[in-house]
Amino acid sequence: MSDAVNGRPAGLRVLTTAFLAAWLIAALFPFAWTVWGSFKVEGDFFSRVSFWNAIHGTRTIMQTGGAYTLAGYDGAWIKNEFWRPAINTVIVTLCVTCISLVVGTLGGYALARSGHRYAFWVLIAALVFRAMPHITLVSGYLLPFFQMNIWGVLPTTIIVLVAINQPFTLWMLHSFFLSIPKDLDESALVDGCSRFQAFRLVIIPVMWPGVVTTGLFSFLLGYNDFTVTSMLLSQENQTMIPKIASFLGSIENAGNVMFAVAAVVSATVPLFILVLFFQRQIVSGLTAGAVKG
Amino acid sequence: MARLFSLSRAIVQFRGRGLAMAAGSAKLTGAPGACLVFLPDWTKLMPHRTFFAFIFPSLLAMLLFITLPIVSVAVQSLFHEHEAILTSVESCDPFGCQTQTKVDSAAMAAIKKEHPLGQFAGLSNYTDHNHLALKDLGQIFASGAGWRGIASQIMDLPFYRALAFTLVYCFAVTPLAMVLGFIIALAVNTMPRFWRGPAIFVSILPMIITPLVGSLILSWMFNPAGILGATLQSLSGDPRLSLRASATLTWLVLLTYGIWTNGPFSFVVFYAGLQTVPLDTLESAKIDGASRWESTRFVIIPHLLPLATFVALVQLMDNFRVFEPIVGFSAEANATSLSWLVYNDLVSQDAQQFGSAAATSMMTIIGVIILLVPVLIRTWREFSRKVV
Repeated sequence: MSDAVNGRPAGLRVLTTAFLAAWLIAALFPFAWTVWGSFKVEGDFFSRVSFWNAIHGTRTIMQTGGAYTLAGYDGAWIKNEFWRPAINTVIVTLCVTCISLVVGTLGGYALARSGHRYAFWVLIAALVFRAMPHITLVSGYLLPFFQMNIWGVLPTTIIVLVAINQPFTLWMLHSFFLSIPKDLDESALVDGCSRFQAFRLVIIPVMWPGVVTTGLFSFLLGYNDFTVTSMLLSQENQTMIPKIASFLGSIENAGNVMFAVAAVVSATVPLFILVLFFQRQIVSGLTAGAVKG
Repeated sequence: MARLFSLSRAIVQFRGRGLAMAAGSAKLTGAPGACLVFLPDWTKLMPHRTFFAFIFPSLLAMLLFITLPIVSVAVQSLFHEHEAILTSVESCDPFGCQTQTKVDSAAMAAIKKEHPLGQFAGLSNYTDHNHLALKDLGQIFASGAGWRGIASQIMDLPFYRALAFTLVYCFAVTPLAMVLGFIIALAVNTMPRFWRGPAIFVSILPMIITPLVGSLILSWMFNPAGILGATLQSLSGDPRLSLRASATLTWLVLLTYGIWTNGPFSFVVFYAGLQTVPLDTLESAKIDGASRWESTRFVIIPHLLPLATFVALVQLMDNFRVFEPIVGFSAEANATSLSWLVYNDLVSQDAQQFGSAAATSMMTIIGVIILLVPVLIRTWREFSRKVV
């Protein structure tokens, strides 16, 4: 492809560059703008006069004396105790990722090595389950969970998220396991290993790239979930995303929308860091499903 | 045997780094090819017991938390909440006294405890005003209004309104996001290698962002006092233009959000596909005098077509459950989706409508399965090909 680049006419080159610039701005600007605005007062970020106020911080200077203010973060993290949902998010996402991976690697390995026809039917069932809208499943959980009195606590939510995550995890890990030559575990079996030993001592050590990639997606599912966490967690156990949603209901009216802006920026930062460090794995994970069929 | 081997070699070449490692350790464990000849048959197929031992936790989780809830939804959809037992209460505030009708919670709790599912309602949850609204449909068609009037009356019914938006979102966002992703992939592919990493980083942000957070960020910008909302007002010269006031604008902004957040997925997949376009085919096309457009049209696009079907099917399924943007943009006055209807029935703390939510859920599941049929057929074909 690269030699094709040299021969491009000037017009096309200008067009490509302009398009790329426009897209990159569209992708990045909303985040940059919100991060910038989170250090201003509401009168600037939602300025009725002109958005230049948000850039210069006119009202921020009038109200606080400086061009930047931490009032939003103070309100979210300290006054509204945003650190509680943050801790809950850490617990939920870590548990979901770890449990999903343990359960998923076992299942994915079995599916990749079985060779029987029912393995295919399990995969098909997983595909159907993967397509189920989460909210429809949630409407099935609520009543039984109320009855069993396990609604509102973190463990229930973690297990539900693990289960919802399973179909995707199974498919992804199954295709990673398929890419590891069968000869490897077969020679381990010949050497006298049991299936589980072959799995743990021979296959898992070479599977790390696949496990890390799948783990990233489990993490994202747990972290980004709004449907399950907002319906299954009680007020005091809420994680960050449903908390932000409930912020909107309670503080937008009180004129403290900046708390929500600060909370949103705080919830975005871990994702940025994640992409920064694991960009390669995320991209390879997305293509894994596609390129491998 | 030879076929199997060349296949696994091809896979090793194809899958890159992880596999190179796998092949490396295969060498360490001894010559696998030599052993393979002497292996008895039982290693080819995993014994049933071993298979189920390995997959049991995963199956159990899916059975308990995916299959059972679907059954539970199906059962719940046949029941209706108990009629509220009302009592009148007089409440006074500085502006005078009012008689309010309140739900007698003690009596309600007693009857709920006795019949937690509610009253049996048959299929009435499906046919009532909030769902298929058969009666209303009959009246609308009997009214003899023109097709325009009929359409607008049908769009006033909650279920059809949600269905319409869900379908429009699904079938507008998916192709447009794919086109956007394809163009970004082509453009990024022409960049100098050094800049591609940062460009990919920026490009996948809209996809990786929490859907609710992403839609909140955009909704604040589209707020009449936000940067885009204010710009739109001054561009259109209408000082009262806002998401709340204009249904058209709400739909357009929601679709924009959908394209913004879905485009990067197609981009990543297509970009990866572009790396595997056979260079010699491109070159021979060039020698044969193909223009840039022709080689894109006849070499690159056919090469990416299998990927495109995959992306389209996945995205259709995912877009069908569109939900968070409606909460994030507070768009429910102008646009609702099927998932949002279920959420709305469940979210009110004291009057959750499980029966109604379950009926909408069942119809959503049916919709998903209709969308899923092509995927299932494709997977089935692929599997049969692999086996044969």
